Amino acid sequence: MEIPFLTSIVIFLPALGALVVALQNNVSSIRWTALGTTLVTFVLSLGLWWGYDPAASAAAPQMVDLSSSWFPDSLDIKYFVGIDGLNIFLILLTTLLGPIVVASSWTYIEKQHRGYYALFLLLQTGITGVFASFDLILFYIFFELTLIPMYFIIGIWGGEDRIYAAIKFVLYTLVGSLLMLVAILFLGYEAGNAVNQGVFTTDWFKLLDYTIPVATQSWLFILFALSFAIKVPLFPLHTWLPDAHVQAPTGGSVILAGVLLKMGTYGLVRFCLPLFPNAAQDWALLFAVLSVIGIIYGALVARVQPDAKKLVAYSSVSHLGFVVLGIFAFTDIAMQGAVIQMVNHGISTGALFLIVGMLYERRHTRLMEDYGGLATSVPVLTSFMIFSVLASAGLPGLNGFVGEFMILLGTFKSEVIASPLIVGLATTGVILAAVYLLYMVYSTFFGELTNDANATMPDMNARELALMLPLAILMFVMGFFPTPFLKQMEPSTTFIMETIQERRADALELQRMQEGMEEGRAVRVTPAPPESGSTSEATPPTTLPE
Amino acid sequence: MSHDLLVRLILLLPLAGAVLLGVLPLFMPALRRREGLIGTIGTSVVVIPFAIATYLFVSYGGDPVTVSYFTWMEAAELSVDFAYRIDELSLIMTLIVTGVGGVIHLYSAGYMHGDPGFWRFFAYLNLFIFAMLNLVLANNLVVLFLGWEGVGLCSYLLIGFWYTDLKNSAAANKAFIVNRIGDFAFLMAMFLIFSELGSLSFDVLLTDAASVLSAETIDYIVLLLFIGATGKSAQIPLFVWLPDAMAGPTPVSALIHAATMVTSGLYLLARMSPIVLETEVVMMIIAVVGALTAIMAATIAITQNDIKKVLAYSTVSQLGYMFMAAGVGAFFVAIFHVLTHAFFKACLFLGSGSVIHSMEHVEHDLEHEGEDVSDFDPQDMRTMGNLQEYMPSTGWTYFIATLAISGIPLLAGFFSKDEILFKAFEYGYDGNTYAMFVWVVGVITAALTAFYMTRSYYLTFMGEERWPLADKIHPHESSWKMTVPLWILAGGSLVTGFLGLPAVIKDGKWNWIHHYLGANYGGPVAEASVSAHVPGSLEWGLIGLSSAIAVGVFFFARSMYLSQGIAFDVSLKERLGGLYELWEHKYRWDDFYDNVVVEALINQISRDGLAPFDSKIVDGAVNGLAGATQESSSLLRRIQTGVVQNYALALVFGVVLVIGLMIFGG
Amino acid sequence: MEVALNWYLGLSAILFSIGTLGVLLKRNAIVLLMSVELMLNAVNLTLVALSQSMGDADGQLLVFFTIAVAAAEAAVGLAIVIAIFRRKLTVDITEINLFKF
Repeated sequence: MEIPFLTSIVIFLPALGALVVALQNNVSSIRWTALGTTLVTFVLSLGLWWGYDPAASAAAPQMVDLSSSWFPDSLDIKYFVGIDGLNIFLILLTTLLGPIVVASSWTYIEKQHRGYYALFLLLQTGITGVFASFDLILFYIFFELTLIPMYFIIGIWGGEDRIYAAIKFVLYTLVGSLLMLVAILFLGYEAGNAVNQGVFTTDWFKLLDYTIPVATQSWLFILFALSFAIKVPLFPLHTWLPDAHVQAPTGGSVILAGVLLKMGTYGLVRFCLPLFPNAAQDWALLFAVLSVIGIIYGALVARVQPDAKKLVAYSSVSHLGFVVLGIFAFTDIAMQGAVIQMVNHGISTGALFLIVGMLYERRHTRLMEDYGGLATSVPVLTSFMIFSVLASAGLPGLNGFVGEFMILLGTFKSEVIASPLIVGLATTGVILAAVYLLYMVYSTFFGELTNDANATMPDMNARELALMLPLAILMFVMGFFPTPFLKQMEPSTTFIMETIQERRADALELQRMQEGMEEGRAVRVTPAPPESGSTSEATPPTTLPE
Repeated sequence: MSHDLLVRLILLLPLAGAVLLGVLPLFMPALRRREGLIGTIGTSVVVIPFAIATYLFVSYGGDPVTVSYFTWMEAAELSVDFAYRIDELSLIMTLIVTGVGGVIHLYSAGYMHGDPGFWRFFAYLNLFIFAMLNLVLANNLVVLFLGWEGVGLCSYLLIGFWYTDLKNSAAANKAFIVNRIGDFAFLMAMFLIFSELGSLSFDVLLTDAASVLSAETIDYIVLLLFIGATGKSAQIPLFVWLPDAMAGPTPVSALIHAATMVTSGLYLLARMSPIVLETEVVMMIIAVVGALTAIMAATIAITQNDIKKVLAYSTVSQLGYMFMAAGVGAFFVAIFHVLTHAFFKACLFLGSGSVIHSMEHVEHDLEHEGEDVSDFDPQDMRTMGNLQEYMPSTGWTYFIATLAISGIPLLAGFFSKDEILFKAFEYGYDGNTYAMFVWVVGVITAALTAFYMTRSYYLTFMGEERWPLADKIHPHESSWKMTVPLWILAGGSLVTGFLGLPAVIKDGKWNWIHHYLGANYGGPVAEASVSAHVPGSLEWGLIGLSSAIAVGVFFFARSMYLSQGIAFDVSLKERLGGLYELWEHKYRWDDFYDNVVVEALINQISRDGLAPFDSKIVDGAVNGLAGATQESSSLLRRIQTGVVQNYALALVFGVVLVIGLMIFGG
Repeated sequence: MEVALNWYLGLSAILFSIGTLGVLLKRNAIVLLMSVELMLNAVNLTLVALSQSMGDADGQLLVFFTIAVAAAEAAVGLAIVIAIFRRKLTVDITEINLFKF
């Protein structure tokens, strides 16, 4: 059975749920509405998976909802959402984490329930929209839409320093995305003039038709990449992350680590690499070095954190370093590894945050020294913790290994990075992951129970079990049977890699032609894009008429 | 029956056992006390695979059989299957793992009786068997790595099994992390192999690699694999985790840290032997590291008083022997020693477990008598003595295994160790000088081995009874669940040596293990070819020399420790002075790691360096930017006097300025 | 005798300047408001004069708007001044600096 507008329904159903939640007063019915909405959304999103056929078309997204009447005709800005191999699992991860986060907030949130669940549902719409968008302006709108609910979620339901963390989070990421907006506008006009009869366009496929001159690519790439690097976050732009994570309520942390950060890496794969392939390759080494620094640095800093949540937060810096490294390796294996690692990291780090949140809910402290010996009092919780830790540390047979292995293997073969040293340093992250994660288990769960509050701590209840089980099962399934997932995404990653190759060659060809012309007739200037008022400040002064 | 199904059963039964025993009792606490049920399930899921492996062994036709179940990872040119390989090498290893493993499972049912974590213990043990079988049966490096890390995980879980004592958990962490350092090298080796060869399957690796890869690449690959092996098989410089790993329950020490897991580094080298043989220089490194590890650990073992620590260092030393064999190109001998060592060392460990078990009862009785037992250590040989009288089965089996490891003629250890020494000598005789060095070290180590093992037996089982109230409190022999495994393993220590009779007998035709494994006879394990053969008379001489050393040292140590007891240690210490102290402090390896690596990395760099750097510099830059914005605006806001007239004045000036510019500016 | 347009414009400029200076220099809020009225009336004078000289009634029309706005402004302004006076007992605008940083 084909459901019409399924993609849009999956995106906007949570927003509708937010509206319904906002109109209610009863706490219990608010919770159930939120849970019901997210569950229905998840079930519907399974329909996306069901309907997506990787064999059908490598390039074009499927289950597309397209509407060009959204903006006036003078601007070619479309409502263009669809499913392909890159976003299908990120969308599924988002919809899966939806009910899990609602369930995890069930008793954790103690005030202003209505606002929390409404904002959370709105956030889900924003994130799903980011992943599904094939139009840059639409992408940007969803990208910014995620900021507002997250700001309130951290700022209202967070810890002691929540206001500081919330403002830092919003300002930091806003700086990046505003720079990206400038780049989007410029790109839209340029592409419009070049391939769309002078009509401003941000349609991804039309942008791919436009061969961007190498020089232009480089600063457009910087603006885009800066925005995404902040979101990932890449060293040294990561410091908003520990603050935001530590202060955010559990549900917020899970969403933040699970999917919000992936918007950065996803943006790199979807937009930065195919649109600006030459610049991306020129800058690849810098990004590889930064991500390796992030891997090691994040791990070492994580090891000495006294705060369990901060430890997990820094582990995200380390783990996402792998993803960025894989993206900038420019090999098929590493790219697929990076995409699947985004999903894997969402699952395992989401699980770690959930467990730390459960501990916090019981004892209202995040300091590891306040715990110790919990394995005796809460064996089930301990088992889930160790399982998640192992998945996160990349134990073969669990999900973390597949992504890391493919990323490192692919990067080792990479001709762009071409440095065994970088891979070697990145691989030490595997050792360090064990160091800090096992230390957390060691100081939190092992040893003797010395504190009464720890000794009488209740073990996981049915609700907590229900929200951890799907994640644990996924860790196992994606560790042993990643092939179905890889097969689904393969056509799209291959398409991205091919596009990069072609567009890179085109841009180089264009550059050669221009150089040839300049040598031939020194007077003639670059065939600069025809007059366009808004871009005049970007035009080099040499092209001004004398 | 088809191999497909049989291998599936071999692998999945232990896994099923692990899941069943690990998950059900976790959620149903009532099941946790059903020790009989848990023990039966746990043991049978290992014994049945042993039976299947025996069937496979008997029906093995001589050609390797590979089975492939499903694709694990596939992307572009990468394709990794869950593929398994049955050949002579994997069959022998499977038999050791399931056979010795099954015996130890049975023993554990007795040893762990009454422990609240009984169910967990069997779940972990089953999981270990599953991982270990993956390791030895794998047909590609990635599945091997799955097993490799899997056994590391189980080792971690089992060392830290009694987690309420943080010391145990710290030892577990240490084991896992040190192993991970080796795994890092393993991963790098895989990356290098894949980027050069485009495949990680043994089908490609063992046939093409030697001819396709450049010599330099092979050097790097083998070196990286060897570093990986030093982690798992406890060689210099990564051996430090193994002595600490004795914090785990004793059956774990026997199974994981003596018989199976620690030999996986050897298995890896033997599996990769066609490639390893291609690199002279790394072979030398392997042999020399093995030799140094062997003698170093043996000297440390002399000074230890904890019965399990003696055995732990002895294991490190014996593993060094195996690497010596690998380093002189005699991989099948290394596997032979893996086999014999599995029996006598497991027997020794289980014997020590039986001793510890009954010494714990002594401790319990002492407590009952109102004695202060806070200083009583049931593992300390200084509080034992004359246990042979109370625990005859344990005593006799320990004695047999002691003779075997000491290299007393006609026992298992004699044949395998002698073969290693002979191969080293032969290789050296052929012109490789380093092999001669290895041989000399090996002979000295053999003498040391005989010494410390004899010491351990006589301090524990003979002499005077040294625990408090010895006339009132007596230890007891352990139950049949523990003694039957001891006798099985002791039997193995007696006879397995005959599987590899030396070359002087019937021109090596009776060396079954050589014929079975050796590439010269169609097996999977390559060996170095030697042009200058050692004459038979010289070989007899060598055999005589090592026999004489073993027997001589045994009787010397016997008479010393029988007559003087622990007092002989003191006189030894006086005689050797600083050297003995160095041994006692384990050559200060742990100090080095604790103070230099851990202290520097965790405390100096991370805690005092990076963490402040992160909050002060990196975050400080961000907050500084915010601060600077705030500062500059608070300066600028002073313009806002709040007096309307000032604003109006500014307005007028502005208007005048604009008009002026329009008029005069042109 | 016909008065020349420039005379009107000159007078208007003088009145406007006086008004501007009054706004800028005086401290009394009431005087300030009166100065504003003066400026408005200067503009009115310009409008009327130019309207007359150009023969276009639009300018005079606009003056009515200005007068109406001036009246409204005076009413609101005086109301605010009275409100402030009740609170702070002064109409000195240097004392009234609610907008100060």
